[in-house]
Amino acid sequence: MPRYVLMRLIQGVITVWFIATATFFVMHNIPGDPLADEKAVSDEIRENLERKYGLDKNVWVQYGTYMLNMIRGDFGLSFKHENRPVNKVIAERFPVSAILGILAIVIAGMGGVLWGALTALYRNRWPDVVIIILVILGISVPSFVFATVGQLGIVVANRVVGFEILPVAGWGTIWHMLVPALVLGLGTMAFLTRLMRTSMLEIVNADYIRTARSKGVPVAQIFAKHQFRNAILPVVTVLGPSIAAITTGGFVVENVFAIPGLGRTFVEAVQQSDYTLIMGTTVFYGAFLVLMVIVVDIVYAFIDPRVKLK
Amino acid sequence: MTEAIRTPKSSVSTSSVWQLVKYALLAMLLMFMLLVCLHAVTLRLEIGSESNAAVDFARNSISLNLGSEPPQLDSTKSTDMVSGQVLGHVMEGLIRYGPNNEILPGIAESWEVSELSATFYLRKNAVWSNGSPVTADDFVFAWQTALDPETASQYAFILYPLKNGEAINTDGADVEDLGAKAIDDFTLKVELEQPTPYFIKLLAFFTYLPINREFYDSRDGTYGTSVEDLIFNGPFTVSKWQHGSSLRLEKNVDYWNSEDIKLDAIDFAYIISDPNAIINLFATKKIVMAGLQAENIERALANRWPVKEHVDGSVFYLGFNHREDRPTSNRNLRKAIQLVCDPEELVYKVLKTPGNRPGESIFPVWLRGVNGYFRDEYPAPKHKPDPDLAREYLVRALTELELSSPPQLIFLTGDSEFSTKHAEYYQSLFKENLGIEVRIDQQIFQQRLAKMTSGDYDIVAAGWGPDYDDVLTFGDLFTSWNANNRGLFKNDELDRNVQIAQQSSDPKTRMEAMNRVQHILYEEAAIIFEYERGSNYVADDRVQGVTRRVVGTDPDYTRAYIVDKAKE
Repeated sequence: MPRYVLMRLIQGVITVWFIATATFFVMHNIPGDPLADEKAVSDEIRENLERKYGLDKNVWVQYGTYMLNMIRGDFGLSFKHENRPVNKVIAERFPVSAILGILAIVIAGMGGVLWGALTALYRNRWPDVVIIILVILGISVPSFVFATVGQLGIVVANRVVGFEILPVAGWGTIWHMLVPALVLGLGTMAFLTRLMRTSMLEIVNADYIRTARSKGVPVAQIFAKHQFRNAILPVVTVLGPSIAAITTGGFVVENVFAIPGLGRTFVEAVQQSDYTLIMGTTVFYGAFLVLMVIVVDIVYAFIDPRVKLK
Repeated sequence: MTEAIRTPKSSVSTSSVWQLVKYALLAMLLMFMLLVCLHAVTLRLEIGSESNAAVDFARNSISLNLGSEPPQLDSTKSTDMVSGQVLGHVMEGLIRYGPNNEILPGIAESWEVSELSATFYLRKNAVWSNGSPVTADDFVFAWQTALDPETASQYAFILYPLKNGEAINTDGADVEDLGAKAIDDFTLKVELEQPTPYFIKLLAFFTYLPINREFYDSRDGTYGTSVEDLIFNGPFTVSKWQHGSSLRLEKNVDYWNSEDIKLDAIDFAYIISDPNAIINLFATKKIVMAGLQAENIERALANRWPVKEHVDGSVFYLGFNHREDRPTSNRNLRKAIQLVCDPEELVYKVLKTPGNRPGESIFPVWLRGVNGYFRDEYPAPKHKPDPDLAREYLVRALTELELSSPPQLIFLTGDSEFSTKHAEYYQSLFKENLGIEVRIDQQIFQQRLAKMTSGDYDIVAAGWGPDYDDVLTFGDLFTSWNANNRGLFKNDELDRNVQIAQQSSDPKTRMEAMNRVQHILYEEAAIIFEYERGSNYVADDRVQGVTRRVVGTDPDYTRAYIVDKAKE
């Protein structure tokens, strides 16, 4: 077990290094100039700016410096938010995205498992049909539509009731995050519902279920102990990538609901060609997601007795 | 196998459903506990906006949205409108603009101006928020810092009228040689490089704001990045700045003219750019003002909100690429394109945004001339679309370019929905009238700038906003030495006329030179005038005394006050 974890961590470090390298070179080669602004500046001022950010040096030297600093955990100064360290920006913004992401993933996970189990129980009857239609909607409608509709829903609800049930936008209390988290988790929840349903229906045919049934085990017990528990396993497997989808997909929701999270910062950085902030957030996200996948794999070993980590 | 699949279909086990309901209840319990935990964590982090009402009578404060996060609040480095708006509320320069855009004394109580110099007498009761007086040296220091090449300020050019300003910025001259000297704590002597008749108006720009030298040095390079790294001398102070989330201004009781300031606080409770979200905040009475996009105007009217118009002062045009390897360097081709363009059709039938005004000149209508408005005194070139004449020009152009059919042109524009609609209009216009194929190239801002600078386009949708209140802020845009002339238009007569306007102190000579500029731009079809932008917004009528401006802090809430409609 410790050996396995160590191996996975080493693989993770290599992955992150690869992400950092790829991002660095792609970023330096796409058109777009981090120092350009609406007002053109003289060559002299430009040279000064380039010197300040080390852009005057050979790209390999820049890469080397960047990697050394990164190993020390220093992502440098932001281009756009002049004189603010990227580390500080990430430290401020990430907790917000994380809180929103945790809530969204829990809503998505619990909702997906429960709805999936329900549809499997009522297979081909009306609850199944209704939920599956909703699932298709949830998977195919993009999140900015849900975000806009969700926000409009709050506006209408507040007006109908006559006082503020939920805030329209902003951040700071649990009331601010309920709708954004739901919107953020909706797509994943729909996906997990479908997965859980398929998984439940597959297991119905398994030998151990048939054995249990022939032994006369009560139906509820078969459902709970054999079918439900085993059907969850594939859901747990995709939870890792789902966390990826949710934390990085937060941009739209963060933008519509005025949430000061890292997803929004990341997209703004890309739009402004803020090299250091792009690098910092990409590497940070990359490391975070690699870690999440490893954690999920380890958790998997605890749920599924068949998996032995070597 | 088949039998097993049929099993769950035939009957639904009630006991299994009950089991599932139990799970659901457990999940809800867990969810509740999670919510409590997350709530506690969020409160501890103290990030976010207080849930204020748009108008808070008890606290005498108003709540607003800020379009984007200010990159920093160091006036020597700021470039964007949002930073300008915040700085305009918390800082004061030598002069300030009054409610009708008249120049009023700010930190300077009075001044004397001659052709090549100016002396400012500073008021003695103006203090920084740390208690120290605002002195002449604070201005000298701020200007020297902005011009210092090490600062790499993008707006350093606006200080070039100061003697040796440009030399310090680009030629390695010593900052001490700057033509701005503190005679004593309260007397500032300024020398100019050449006569600059609009110098006093320049002083309203944020790069001319003072900075407290001692405080700046004490921050060790972080000045302007957070509340702790700021110091104020204006009507308000920044009391809280949560990056990316909110920014709160509170009345500065030490401000020399604090009796004039009625509001106790201005809370930029949200930092958000999504237009629908902004409207939703206004609809639920969370903010007192919201800008409207074309698609939101109907919603505003349906709600019977009074929709207001504001001319933001900027002009929009199609810029041509004048590089020699481009077909658009051919004057006859440009003339052909010019003659099929109809700004009136564009504004009234295509864009349909109320408030926009068809473009006729590089000089917008609000600019001042000799006595009245420039455009009243010097009418814009007469333009009448004439497709037949346009085709004649096209034939001539094709002969000169040695082409058998019209060239394909690259139309560089932004990535918004508006940009698409706008570009497609020209695409069909040029195709129908001239048979010119247009390839639309939509790019995000940074990429667009890069392509404009490298010259990878034929036509670009561009615009220009004023920096100061003088014709030259638009007039020098297409001179051969202006780095913003990214299409590399070159015309000696235009260059000469701009120099006249820069050096002369006689208003009539200057305005006549500028009149030549607007006609040259039209005759040469250097650019195609499109429209002067107007914007629409809704505002809470319980807040009065708000000033909208073309140049300077906009919108300006410094002298705003709350009216209690219920009590009236």
